[in-house]
Order: sequence, then C-alpha cells, then structure tokens
Amino acid sequence: MREFGYERVFDISGAVATLDADPEARFLGGGTNLVDLMKTGVERPARLVDIRELPLDRIESTDDGGLRIGATVTNSDLAAHPEVRRRYPALTQAVLAGASGQLRNMATVGGNLLQRTRCGYFADVTQPCNKRAPGSGCPAIEGEHHNHAILGASGHCVAVHPSDMGVALTAFDAVVSYETTDGPGELPLAEFYLPVQDTPHRETALPPGALITSVTLPPGPVAANSRYRKVRERASYAFAIGSIAAAIDVRDGLVHEVRLAFGAVASRPWRARTAERILTGAPADAANFAAAADAELAAAEPLSRNGYKVTLMRNLVVAVLTELTEEAAR
Amino acid sequence: MAPAPSSTYSAITLNINGEKHTLTVDHRTTLLDALRERLDLTGTKKGCDQGQCGACTGMLDGRRTVSCLQLAVAAEGREVTTIEGVAEGERLHPVQQAFLDLDGYQCGYCTPGQICSAIAMIEEHAAGWPSAVTDDVRPDAPPSPLTAEEIRERMSGNLCRCGAYVSIVQAVAQAAGITTGTETVAGPHNEEAAA
Repeated sequence: MREFGYERVFDISGAVATLDADPEARFLGGGTNLVDLMKTGVERPARLVDIRELPLDRIESTDDGGLRIGATVTNSDLAAHPEVRRRYPALTQAVLAGASGQLRNMATVGGNLLQRTRCGYFADVTQPCNKRAPGSGCPAIEGEHHNHAILGASGHCVAVHPSDMGVALTAFDAVVSYETTDGPGELPLAEFYLPVQDTPHRETALPPGALITSVTLPPGPVAANSRYRKVRERASYAFAIGSIAAAIDVRDGLVHEVRLAFGAVASRPWRARTAERILTGAPADAANFAAAADAELAAAEPLSRNGYKVTLMRNLVVAVLTELTEEAAR
Repeated sequence: MAPAPSSTYSAITLNINGEKHTLTVDHRTTLLDALRERLDLTGTKKGCDQGQCGACTGMLDGRRTVSCLQLAVAAEGREVTTIEGVAEGERLHPVQQAFLDLDGYQCGYCTPGQICSAIAMIEEHAAGWPSAVTDDVRPDAPPSPLTAEEIRERMSGNLCRCGAYVSIVQAVAQAAGITTGTETVAGPHNEEAAA
C-alpha cells in the first residue's frame, strides 16, 4: 500500500478545501471499499481526509414530506430508521440485502453511491481494465462475465454497479447534494452516473473534489407499497446477480403509478422508464407486467454467458409487481 | 518552496476495552494489525483481511465492525471492544458461555469474531432492527422473534470453515434468551440440521 497522510475534518468547507488543494487526496467515510482497494493497489491516494466527524449523520424530514439523509449516515442507521421503513420500505430492504451486519455498521450513504464495481478484472492490478487503466482493454468481454452488464454497457467496459441501496434510491427519484469550493450543487440520481461510452473511468457527474453532503428522497406515496428483491448465488452476504426495486399504486385495477429500478444489470442502477411508461394506466395483471418487462429488456445486449439475466429480470418484474398488487388489494 | 508532504504516521491514543494505549502508527496500519502486532491483543483473528470473513470482528462504539478495514488512526477517539474485553473478570459473557456449552466451534479460529458479532447482533435485534429475512420491515409491524433463520441471516458476515454453524445458531439463540429475554426459536440439534 502506498504511504499516505491522514487528517480529520470537522467542517464541510474545510473538507472540500483540503481536497481541492491536493488532487491525490480522497475522502474517507466507512472505508469498507476504499481501504480494501488501497490494500490491492487499485486506489493509491496520497492523503485521506476523514469525514466521519462532519455534521452529516442525520436523517430528517423535509418541508415537503420527503426525507433528507446525511452523507455519513451509516447503512445500519438508514435501514433501521422508522420513517425509512414506513415511507420507503424497499430502501430498508435494499440496504439490509447488502453486505453484512459489520460492514453496514461502517459503510456510509455517500460512500455507497461512490463504491466501485466488483468486476474481478478491475480489482486485479495485473490485468488490463479500461476503468482502472484507461485504454488498456476489457478482458471481461471475452472472459469472466457471467455477472456483468446486459444494459447500457459499451465495447470498453461491461462492469456493473454493485449497490443495492442505489437501486431503491433510483426508483424513488433521490437527489444527491454536494459541496465544492465553488459552492453547493445537486444532481438527480438519474443524472449522477455517467454513461459508459468510451470513458468507463469517469463514473459520476460530480465535479472534481466534490463532497456528497446528503441524499434527498422526495415525497412519494407510491413508495409505501414497495419491495426490493435480490437474487444472488448464495442466500446472504453476496452481491446481486439481478435485483429489483419496485413500487406500485393500483386503483380500480389500473396502474395509477409504478416505479421500477434494476440492479446488477448496468454500470449504474437502471431505472426502467420504458416499462413504467407502458404500465401506467394499464390493467395491473401479469400479462402486462411481462409485456412491460419485455419492452424494457428489448434494449438488452447480453454477452455470451450472462443472457440468463434477461429472463431473470423479466421474472423479477412479474413476480414482485404481482405480489405488491395482490397484497395492496387485501 | 513546495509545501511539505503530509506525515504518513501519527501518534494516537486508542481506547481499548476501557484502557488507553498510546502508540505511533504508520497510517496504513489497520486496527486489526495494531491490536495483534503492536498491543498483543491477539484474540482478534486475521482471516481474509478484506472484510469478507468476519474473523476480525470487534466493536467500535458498541457496534460490531470488521477491524481489517478499519484504519487504526481513524479509530482514535472511539471505544474499541475486543474479545478480551467482553467477559467480566473471570465470569464469561453469556455468549461465550453458550458457545462453550453448545460446542459453537470446532477449530476455534472464527470464534472470537463469531462471539463479538453475536453480542452486538443480539443488541441490534433487541433494538428492533429488521433484517433481510424480516417479512415486514415497517416500524408498526410486530417485532420478529430471533428465529434460526434470523440468526443465520444476521450472522452471515461470520464464516466458519469448519462448518460449525448448527451449533453456532444454537449458542446464539441460547445466549439471546439469557441476555435479553429474546424469544428464540432454535429447536434441538436434529431439527436445526434438517432445516
């Protein structure tokens, strides 16, 4: 591991000023991803700026009835919060589906959004990887890619974003707030992650040196009838091979409002807007759920060994929307 | 003149099991390595050293964490609890006693992490935290009992390569009943094995 400087910051302006002055510095939250990547040499910061003492550890209701989640709130505190469980249950389920109890106690909301892919080639510094070493190539396309992207990938990178939390936040239209030395800014999560194209090393639209300060969930009554379901290769403590955050409001048998986001299928949490559009106003039945999933997945470009994900995601859409519709009707 | 590069080591004071320890650490030192290599607290074990096995589990400010991904310098000012600090003198913690009573181990290497994890997990459950196998996570839902399924899910961050899981679940259930009066549904060994 490269040697590095360490300092704690206690105010936000000091945090962004420190990063602004040293382009090789990185913010340290829970460290569950960053420290791991530093051990393997994927990350080589010259300085760590520890942000755990910043006053960003609260969850509070917004004036319009949403929730503002501070960037250093731990995954555990987010999942256990009564208002999250009441108003956005799929978010609690998504967080609890990720990692282990120990890691959820360490990991933070801001860090969750900025965590790196678990693609094995990215993690192995002896291998080419366009995300880690731009221009070096992508061995996953012809190699080990059974858990790689089927949507929105490019010939330069087929890695998936590993977050569960981010999938639920995407379904609920979360907005990321950040601070820079030039002042604050906001990015809807839908615009937070950049398209892969030929720049897979550029992952987010955050300005250089920006510090995520909070994630805000707008009010969304539909979210109260929501679910996160994760499919993985073992029952617990594994990354998804496919996951879904879904919410639905059915009135008189018709879909009044629906939210769908997919995990582990793209370089970012994938909002299924095509499926949502088709379903809105349509009868809430399994045939329509399947047709909407098929329309969304028509854009899928599976690799030679991950085509199962197309079927998996279709089945997840049908199963979860059917369950939510039936439970709400009881 | 260019600014001096920031120092790559620091003198820190760690509060471990209620005792203060002052030492100078290279910033790259994890809490796990500081405990084992610098402070002779070798009860905390190194397994994978990448946050995947749970052998190095201890508590920070009362919450279970893995010490292999925790930088020692970033633990300054926090209360560190290790397996050496969970008993009261010669009286074992109820979770330790339950692991002994029910053979919750074979080789014992993962055991300190299992015990620290279980102690904190029982408190998490008693505080009403749901888990990934909790049917209804809404706050007004009735609290879920600490079933064997719940214990397995909540302890999934602790691997046991001997495969002593059946007894570990039993031990955790017994200890939870003793320490918090938690309703548990672990059943006898043979039911566990069949589940």
